[in-house]
Amino acid sequence: MAGSEHASAAVSARPDFVFILKKSVLSAVVAFGLFLFMIGVRTDAGSNGELVYWTRFADLATIVSIVFVGGFALELARWALGRGQIAVAMPPQLASGLQTLRRALAPALLGFALLVPVMFYNQRYLLDLGILVLTYVMLGWGLNVVVGLAGLLDLGYVAFYAVGAYSYALLATTFGLSFWICLPVAGILAAFWGVLLGFPVLRLRGDYLAIVTLAFGEIVRLILINWQTLTGGPNGIASIPRPSFFGLPFTADEGGFADVFGIEFSPTHRIVFLYYVILVLALLTNWVTIRLRGLPIGRAWEALREDEIACRSLGINTTTTKLTAFATGAMFGGIAGAFFATRQGFISPESFSFVESAFVLAIVVLGGLGSQIGVALAALTMIGGTELFRGLEQYRMLVFGFAMVLLMIWRPRGLIGHRAPTVFLHQRTMISAALVKEGHG
Amino acid sequence: MDYFIQQLINGIALGSIYGLIAIGYTMVYGIIGMINFAHGDVFMTGGFIAMISFLVLVSFGITSIPLVLLLVLLIAMATTALYGWTIERVAYRPLRHSFRLAPMLSAIGMSFVLSNFAQVSQGAKVKPVPPIVPGGFTLLDRGGFSVQLSYVQIIVVLTTVALLAIFTFIVSRTRLGRDMRACEQDQTMAALLGVDVNKTISMTFVIGAALASVAGIMYLMYYGLVDFFMGFVAGIKAFTAAVLGGIGSLPGAVLGGLAIGLIETFWSAYFSIEYKDVAAFSILIVVLIFLPTGILGRPEIEKV
Repeated sequence: MAGSEHASAAVSARPDFVFILKKSVLSAVVAFGLFLFMIGVRTDAGSNGELVYWTRFADLATIVSIVFVGGFALELARWALGRGQIAVAMPPQLASGLQTLRRALAPALLGFALLVPVMFYNQRYLLDLGILVLTYVMLGWGLNVVVGLAGLLDLGYVAFYAVGAYSYALLATTFGLSFWICLPVAGILAAFWGVLLGFPVLRLRGDYLAIVTLAFGEIVRLILINWQTLTGGPNGIASIPRPSFFGLPFTADEGGFADVFGIEFSPTHRIVFLYYVILVLALLTNWVTIRLRGLPIGRAWEALREDEIACRSLGINTTTTKLTAFATGAMFGGIAGAFFATRQGFISPESFSFVESAFVLAIVVLGGLGSQIGVALAALTMIGGTELFRGLEQYRMLVFGFAMVLLMIWRPRGLIGHRAPTVFLHQRTMISAALVKEGHG
Repeated sequence: MDYFIQQLINGIALGSIYGLIAIGYTMVYGIIGMINFAHGDVFMTGGFIAMISFLVLVSFGITSIPLVLLLVLLIAMATTALYGWTIERVAYRPLRHSFRLAPMLSAIGMSFVLSNFAQVSQGAKVKPVPPIVPGGFTLLDRGGFSVQLSYVQIIVVLTTVALLAIFTFIVSRTRLGRDMRACEQDQTMAALLGVDVNKTISMTFVIGAALASVAGIMYLMYYGLVDFFMGFVAGIKAFTAAVLGGIGSLPGAVLGGLAIGLIETFWSAYFSIEYKDVAAFSILIVVLIFLPTGILGRPEIEKV
């Protein structure tokens, strides 16, 4: 890039204003070209149904000047940063302090998660948000098995979430089975679908794998929309039974949870119960993943992520390794789906679009592929972020898309950290996913 | 039989549009080995710009259809090419030597940005335009059913053939094409031999986006509407076409596009219209499993 060379040469005394000005004028011209039609002209259906347009040149001018000033400021900032590039060594006490902090982070988070319903008992909104965050933490941990540990890029994870949700919804509404029976069934069915997807894609890698899983996710969604007799089509399935406290429904009448325990009825009981259910499910996911990681199969996943050909040469059965990764990840997705169905009480194909898959994948990548605590923090960040932008409803996805691009440029390895293989030789050689292009060894 | 011919015509026209989009996928994948996930949305943006510039031009009192079409074509191609250039510059170039998931995720982010930008700036409603080139030939008229060949369909197919010829010429005969093929084989070596790799990759994106905008115009003429969500599904189908034809091959992309268009049309005509996308996606899976190099592609050698 000619620009950066020029900029680094100009690190000297004062910024090269001519160059910076040239660059920001160019950005402004490009912005003008990009937005002249898309922002400068607004089209809409007129009174007779035919399209009419009106101009918005004020908005266009605003945006172009924002780009100009922003570009100028960015170049100046780059110059200022490039000038003050002095390596700051971290004092050892601070480093060890950070280490302790890192180690204390997981227990602290767990303690906080356990106490949320106690602290925010009266704040329904925060409790609901907590449930949402934990659902995504669980999904993130489930997908982490596939993407983070086994290194298989899955863009159709939402399909398993959907399978779990529809399994529970259909079993509960048709056969009246209880939530606690359906939960493992949903998990098993989703795992079965995971294997079903896994089989054909065994030979595929990288981008091709990603696009096939994406197609799989879309196929599942399209079938849910079109198989009206079974799934209710776009209208979805309503009045899905709520979970009971081991047989005691959360109702105000006799025999309900509040009645049996002799406390006053409150709708919050069910929310708190749901919160703890998803917390336990998420922790179960985490526990199983951590345990599996220490077993030969977990080691095989990590080996597969690092280098598939080496893996095969060492006699690891890549077929079973991949299939178990898909099945395990799918099972957790399915269980999370069943929970989602019982929490919402209503599901429709709309909840299982590609955006959802991308969102969970973004959580896993943001958390640093393979890092459990990272995924939890990333889920918190992502949900928190989208909640912050809730006021700007229509701009939410725009911001999400930009955030994804910027994050990849800024920290492609994830915000929080990245997990190295559990076992490795004491003399580490330069082999890692970063150095080895997939499909090339 | 008449019904069959009619569906054949429709399928070829639709397939040509997919083929034009697929060329963009196949060129980018060939040169930097990434799926430009945002390409479907670049096609959508091209369609929007065509729709807007068409409205503006007509309101300026330009009534000659060929002149309007030519101007729309030029405006849409130039603006969409600028989009392609910007996307590569902003979202992909900083990640060129990053780890393998990064460009894919950045591209997904860019796809969200483009489709939601169109939604925010132009509204979520479908934009219908009056038929730009009405009329056509009636080929057969027997009994109640007649086989129609509209002017739009002729324009779509001819444009695709012409563009395919032009770009095959560019890739195989010009300096730019030679640079592209050099970068495809080995970027470092190409750079050492004096090829401006950055410029070549930028040009690839510019060409891909310009072709996608032509596809957008064809879509607008053929269906008479654009909406902000049309890029996603069209993008996946065009990618399927690129894979089916053999990634890296321009004629392959158009061939794959025709195959997808025909399969989709016949599926809707003879089986069920609801499951036409399922059919297209299933083809993608089946092709990748049994024919990963496509019809005209070269096999990828697995190296350690």
